[in-house]
Amino acid sequence: MSAKIKEAVRALLAGGKIKGFLGLKRENGHILPHLFTDPKELDQLSLGDWRRPGEARYPLNQILIQLAIEYPNDTFAVLVRGCDERGLRELFKWQQLREDRVILIGLGCPDELAKACECEKPFPDSLVDGPRGEKAGSQKVAHVNEMDLDTRFQFWKAEFDRCVKCLGCRNVCPMCFCKECTLEEANLIDTGEVPPANPTFHLARALHMVGRCIDCGLCEEACPADIPLRTLYKKVADIVSETFGYKTGFSTEEKSPLNMIEVK
Amino acid sequence: MEFRTVLTTCPYCGCGCGVLLEVLDGKLIGTLPSKTSPVNEGKLCVKGWNVHEFVVSANRLKKPLVRRGETFDESSWDDALDLAASRLKEIKEKYGPDSIAVLTSAKCTNEENYLLQKFTRAALGTNNIDHCARL
Repeated sequence: MSAKIKEAVRALLAGGKIKGFLGLKRENGHILPHLFTDPKELDQLSLGDWRRPGEARYPLNQILIQLAIEYPNDTFAVLVRGCDERGLRELFKWQQLREDRVILIGLGCPDELAKACECEKPFPDSLVDGPRGEKAGSQKVAHVNEMDLDTRFQFWKAEFDRCVKCLGCRNVCPMCFCKECTLEEANLIDTGEVPPANPTFHLARALHMVGRCIDCGLCEEACPADIPLRTLYKKVADIVSETFGYKTGFSTEEKSPLNMIEVK
Repeated sequence: MEFRTVLTTCPYCGCGCGVLLEVLDGKLIGTLPSKTSPVNEGKLCVKGWNVHEFVVSANRLKKPLVRRGETFDESSWDDALDLAASRLKEIKEKYGPDSIAVLTSAKCTNEENYLLQKFTRAALGTNNIDHCARL
């Protein structure tokens, strides 16, 4: 499936249009994020499939921000799935990346991955290769919705109770770009305590996912305590959609309800 | 310019989680858990997430320090090793080999740990060797 992607990247590198292509590389039996600058390296290109499709995905947009900080005048291409493309749209609007400095190389997700993710749109508009999969509704959110409020609160309290405060959910998040983080701000939240305050720690993070979370699911995959974070943030997204009519990452123009400050 | 990630093993505890060090133009800028490591399968603890920080920490010791009373004085490796060897010898002669204990580290390799237990048993002459994980 990677032939078309390799072809597109080769053309961009040959044309000198990009400084490099941020993607995934297969090396010594592992899959790692890598900036491809030489077309010869593309023989080792990986699309992140491991034992299951898309099992070895990494926060490439987060790395892209770091590259853009060091090389603000250069253009990079980046491998994107549907969720990553939604992420880039938000990052452009939040002025963390410049739209004219990023070229999207889109990859559609197979049904198996789309279903496992319960993905709203498992392919990017910048599709280069892979299928235009179907939307999959979230049974996990539906299951939580069926609980009455007391049961639901107890359910989440029990889930959060396993938290070891590794901060992996925040660290891996491609949308967590703040220089100062509430989760480490003693004036806003109890810090220096393990386990963290329950439920304020997780609810503080959930609130900060308003208009940010693009449902890539990397947080849940990084959680050593298997807390169903994705279900939590999907529910946040549902509330934002119902209350403000805003769907995170779907529009290139419209800003999220919490992104109304003009930076000049 | 060059950006790559380097697969290595977390140096903190004995679990041996796979970590990816993010390297931009030769500088360490971050850590990611390895998704393809069979040990941690894309997860890390709070220490593992921050392993890149101590490498370039300003507080990192660069020379041996010899404790004299309340102060730590910078020393050369030769002087520090000579002092450690002569004091260990002195203690062993005066109080016997079982007055010395050795604590090994999860940050060492198997081979380094093997060497240390060999040194403890054969050179110091005691079985008092244990591992930091039992602290």
